[in-house]
Amino acid sequence: MSLRGKGAIVGIGEVPTRRIYEGRSMYGLCAEAAGLAIADAGIAKDDIDGLVTDGVALPPAVAEYLDIKPNFATGVSMQGASGATATMVATSAVSSGICNTVLVVMGNSRQDAERAGRPSGRGAAGPSVRSEWEEPHGLAPGANTGYGLMYRRHIHEYGTTEEQLAKMAADQRFNALENENAVFNGQPISKEDVLNSRYINEPLKLLESVMPCDGAAALIITTPERAKTMRNKPAYVLGVGLKQGEANIWQRDKFTETPAVDSVRRALEMSGYTPSDIEFAEFYDCYTILAAMCLEDAGLVEKGEIGPFYEATDTTYKGDFPINTDGGQLSGGQPGLAGGFRHVIEGARQIMGKAGSRQVEKSDLCLVNG
Amino acid sequence: MTSAYDKPIPIPANSDLTKPFWEAAKRKQLIIPYCNSCSNLFFYPREVCPNCFSKDLTWREMSGKGSVYTYTHVRQSVHPSFQSANGHIYAIIELAEGPRMPSGIVGCEPEEVYVDMPVSVVFEDITEDSTLVKFQKS
Repeated sequence: MSLRGKGAIVGIGEVPTRRIYEGRSMYGLCAEAAGLAIADAGIAKDDIDGLVTDGVALPPAVAEYLDIKPNFATGVSMQGASGATATMVATSAVSSGICNTVLVVMGNSRQDAERAGRPSGRGAAGPSVRSEWEEPHGLAPGANTGYGLMYRRHIHEYGTTEEQLAKMAADQRFNALENENAVFNGQPISKEDVLNSRYINEPLKLLESVMPCDGAAALIITTPERAKTMRNKPAYVLGVGLKQGEANIWQRDKFTETPAVDSVRRALEMSGYTPSDIEFAEFYDCYTILAAMCLEDAGLVEKGEIGPFYEATDTTYKGDFPINTDGGQLSGGQPGLAGGFRHVIEGARQIMGKAGSRQVEKSDLCLVNG
Repeated sequence: MTSAYDKPIPIPANSDLTKPFWEAAKRKQLIIPYCNSCSNLFFYPREVCPNCFSKDLTWREMSGKGSVYTYTHVRQSVHPSFQSANGHIYAIIELAEGPRMPSGIVGCEPEEVYVDMPVSVVFEDITEDSTLVKFQKS
């Protein structure tokens, strides 16, 4: 395999280099350069479906700043080699069919450092959308605020009840009881326990919110040819999809829709399967409401019907349609970013037939949402 | 106004960019970025229009009317100064002119707030330099 001839640079843009641009920021300068490159290429903004930055400019922030919603986005964080590496990654991305048109962008503003150096007096991260527009109005801990906003909106639009989503947390806890790696293993809870747990930010309750933990996860991926020579029954990656959403939930048009609408569609198209083929699911669950909306957006449940679905469906590992068979993050705990990675691990574990007492009956085809 | 205000004050990501917004708030005016090239009203403020990349931007005064798009009743706050017996409402307000912004609802009990509740803007002077844009039931 070679990338030779697989990528072509079709437009360039450059903000002239100066000692300092007063009143500008890295993001503003990046946006300006992006506009110039887009114009130079003679394409429309909406033609862009991929984004690669140096990692200092955070891809979600850049995408939101430009109001673009690419299907591929990454920051390469390669210090001085970032420009070359980002170009390589973009070429790789288009040659492999993940996306068609990638914006590679990076910049610098010395004033950003000055601004970041201003004392905040409350241990906040650097100046940001959050520090200017959100924190003065009183945020709940972690990412709770945004998910409370989504939850309230889902209740308003679809009549979803707190009792219905409490069932999700209870089903997952049942699964965690068969998973010694889960932080809440050995601690059963009922739907009523979830409902009676205290509000962090209504309608989100304590037992619908993830608990930060320590831990780690890893997997090995190799070629199918090599896999055949190895001892395990492999789990094949049959399709992948990515959709970059907004950095801030309140920048979304629809609070009850997630980027899983597009990411799952793309993954399924690549795999040749449809939602009805899926046998079990491992879905990112920092909060009940997020997994709920993503299950809808994945097409596994009709939009707005997640509440009735949970009322009518046993989603434990023994059930009609198993979801988060290791307890998910809600009952397994969240060891940083390994928390989301663990959904991939559990999906593979089930397919490999290594899930022990919580092995699902049909374990050939899993949909993972990370 | 008090010098003992202990809740987080707005810390701009780019103070040059948003200075007009905060100065207007002090004058009890709510202004929102407007693109002269494509007539886009948008929030939060950016240095270029997120629709057409134009830098030909200005500010438009809003009517101050709007409605609650969604909200959450915060009982446990990340910042201790917000802790109170019955918590507070953190809301996303949809302005009558279209853009949405995070804010708080004042002047009523948290339990009285609902989605689509009509609201109007109020200005809270929190320090000599800072005025917050809040909303109340209208």
